[in-house]
Amino acid sequence: MKTRHKRFILIGVVLALLAGAAALVLNTFSDNIVFFQTPSEVATGKVPQGRTFRLGGMVVAGSLVREADGLSSRFAITDTAKIVPVRFTGALPDLFKEGKGAVAQGKLGPDGVFVATEVLAKHDENYMPPEAKDAVDRAHATAKTLK
Amino acid sequence: MIPELGHFALILTLLVATVLGILPLLGAQRNDAALMALARPAARLLFMLVLVSFGCLTWAFVANDFSVTYVASHSHSQLPLVYRITAVWGSHEGSLLLWGLMLTGWTAAVSFSRRLPDVFNARVLAVLGLVAAGFFAFLLLTSNPFERLLPAALEGEDLNPLLQDPGMVAHPPLLYMGYVGFSVAFAFSIAALIGGQFDAAWARLSRPWTLVAWLFLTLGIALGSGWAYYELGWGGWWFWDPVENASFMPWLAGTALIHSLSVTEKRGAFKSWTVLLAIAAFSLSLLGTFLVRSGVLTSVHAFAADPKRGIFILALLIFVVGGSLCLYAWRAAKLSGGGKFANLSRESMLLINNVLLAVVAATVLLGTLYPLLADALHMGKLSVGPPYFEAVFVPLMVPVVLLMVVAPFVRWRGHELPALVKKLLPALGASLLIGGAGAWATGTPSWRTALGLALAAWVLLGSAQLLWGRLTGQGTLMARLGAIPGSWWGMWLAHLGIGVFIIGVSLVKTMEANVDVAVKLGESAELRGYTFTLDKVVEAQGPNYTAMRGVVRVSHDGQTINVLHPEKRIYTARQMPMTEASIDAGIFRDVYVSLGEPVDASTWVLRLYYKPMVRWIWAGCLLMALGGLCAALDARYRKLAKIKAPA
Repeated sequence: MKTRHKRFILIGVVLALLAGAAALVLNTFSDNIVFFQTPSEVATGKVPQGRTFRLGGMVVAGSLVREADGLSSRFAITDTAKIVPVRFTGALPDLFKEGKGAVAQGKLGPDGVFVATEVLAKHDENYMPPEAKDAVDRAHATAKTLK
Repeated sequence: MIPELGHFALILTLLVATVLGILPLLGAQRNDAALMALARPAARLLFMLVLVSFGCLTWAFVANDFSVTYVASHSHSQLPLVYRITAVWGSHEGSLLLWGLMLTGWTAAVSFSRRLPDVFNARVLAVLGLVAAGFFAFLLLTSNPFERLLPAALEGEDLNPLLQDPGMVAHPPLLYMGYVGFSVAFAFSIAALIGGQFDAAWARLSRPWTLVAWLFLTLGIALGSGWAYYELGWGGWWFWDPVENASFMPWLAGTALIHSLSVTEKRGAFKSWTVLLAIAAFSLSLLGTFLVRSGVLTSVHAFAADPKRGIFILALLIFVVGGSLCLYAWRAAKLSGGGKFANLSRESMLLINNVLLAVVAATVLLGTLYPLLADALHMGKLSVGPPYFEAVFVPLMVPVVLLMVVAPFVRWRGHELPALVKKLLPALGASLLIGGAGAWATGTPSWRTALGLALAAWVLLGSAQLLWGRLTGQGTLMARLGAIPGSWWGMWLAHLGIGVFIIGVSLVKTMEANVDVAVKLGESAELRGYTFTLDKVVEAQGPNYTAMRGVVRVSHDGQTINVLHPEKRIYTARQMPMTEASIDAGIFRDVYVSLGEPVDASTWVLRLYYKPMVRWIWAGCLLMALGGLCAALDARYRKLAKIKAPA
């Protein structure tokens, strides 16, 4: 074999690696994208059931109820226009407060209750998750156009 | 008065940086020795000025000068002194000043290197000066830490309680030291591009700098991971969070760079690739700063941020990346050459390692930036979850680790396949056996554990065989030990560290357990053979917080092994709650308790974690950093005589 042909083997190995990596990325990427939805979008029923998404907005004041087992909790998230009830089992983050922004990740149940597997923590009480802010902004914008 | 002094020093810094960025560069082009001679003193003056500025800001924190906006929003008179000092880099403005301090510190350090030819030295320092000029313009225009507050606040708003932790003392400085350290490798490459000179000396000179930056970055990431593990109270050590990815991408590029540099130094090959990696590593560091500081991403690390700042960093980033790539395109023709090598050779092994590491960095980049891109294109707001990163990262890193063990056995230029197979087959067979047996011994066998353990065994056995090969043969053992160069020890330790890291990750992933339980006072809960008894919950008073402190007795086989004190704190200034976990750490397992919410007066929720081998993750990182240190201290870099300037 000529040296040049030999070099093709190395180039071939490298290309095969790249192709494998690309296939891997394409294969896993779309399955692991988590979309963000606002309570208004959930209310229109456009959100597919059984798919994980993120729900963002403000925690409705007075809605937080801790269950007797001390582990589960129920609360509601709003974008000021619509309200979605949420159920969550686990410890809530320290900075989770009624009337403040929050983002939860999970699936919408058939009964319309959002079952969260994760409530995203924030590290600064002045910090508003961009997704929560976006939800409220969009609800305000919709409210203005309706007036 | 002192804050104004600091502000003034910053303005002078910008001026000196601009001078440093322009005049020596002109001098190098015109061969004007006087202009080039400016570089060294200017670089040192630059560092002194930033040091003065940094000192002034620190003084404002120590003296509780709440007439400075930044101090008023991030400190408090009751904050313990050590956290008043670390609060300097507790938020945006100050952490950028720390970034600048590191940048000018590295610049000053380069100015003390006497091995560089004058022309090259002038160019390197000028490039660093240009970066500093852009950076300090950003700092002064958008994020001045010395801005006054009128009227002055009577009391500060306190430092975010999350940052009142020993981790805050070391994590940001180490991380920035690493991040910014890649600016030196970047400047070397740009200077070489401008001069059109790429000899072995250029690679050899930039190696120790790159290694030191890499080792600091490794330590910074490991420390951040450890901090998240105990402070966030979730017991996780890596979340594939955008901000973590932001520090991991430069690390991957930097790892590829130190390997590529070794080929360029020893064999004169891979020159263009090395230059590109140096540009990539520093650009990714800048991108990291942009991601962390602009607040564009939803991240567990995100703090309130101003998007206008992001645009400035983005512009700086585009300038750096675009400018250096244009320069590269212009000069790339000069980058040819290098020794020939066969398909099976050390060079080809390192080439594949580099390709894979670059691909991994690209997949992480894709997952991190895709949400931003989708948002910008109005494709909706979304995020890319940890499962994506795990699904892509593991299969790509398996060949990296496999080849990592083989490569040191392979000679430069070429090697015979049968000889190599014969040498490594016993270790490969033993690793597969150990992987299978080990996974079976965990009680919950899975192919992931088997793969992880087999890989770890492969690394450890390979390392042992490599060392054995070095120590046997002619001469006394001591003579053979003495003959091993520092860079070899560096490689050996860092690779061993990867093995230790893999053991930790594989076992903690498959054998960890956790449970949330509601426990009455005096009663207990069980997890993996450990009994946790909640003796009492008492009120405790800290310097600037009040806490409910649980007293949890941990026993194993009927014997008390430790009494843990998890706390739920309320920091008085912000009325902000914080969960402080308590950990019984061990070489082979951690037992981790964190206090949840009270259910009623006598019942509390406890979060219990059992984390086997979790310490091995960080021990592996420490070994890698130690390896970096050994390699950077290699006698070869110090003995080197001054390299002759081009005629």
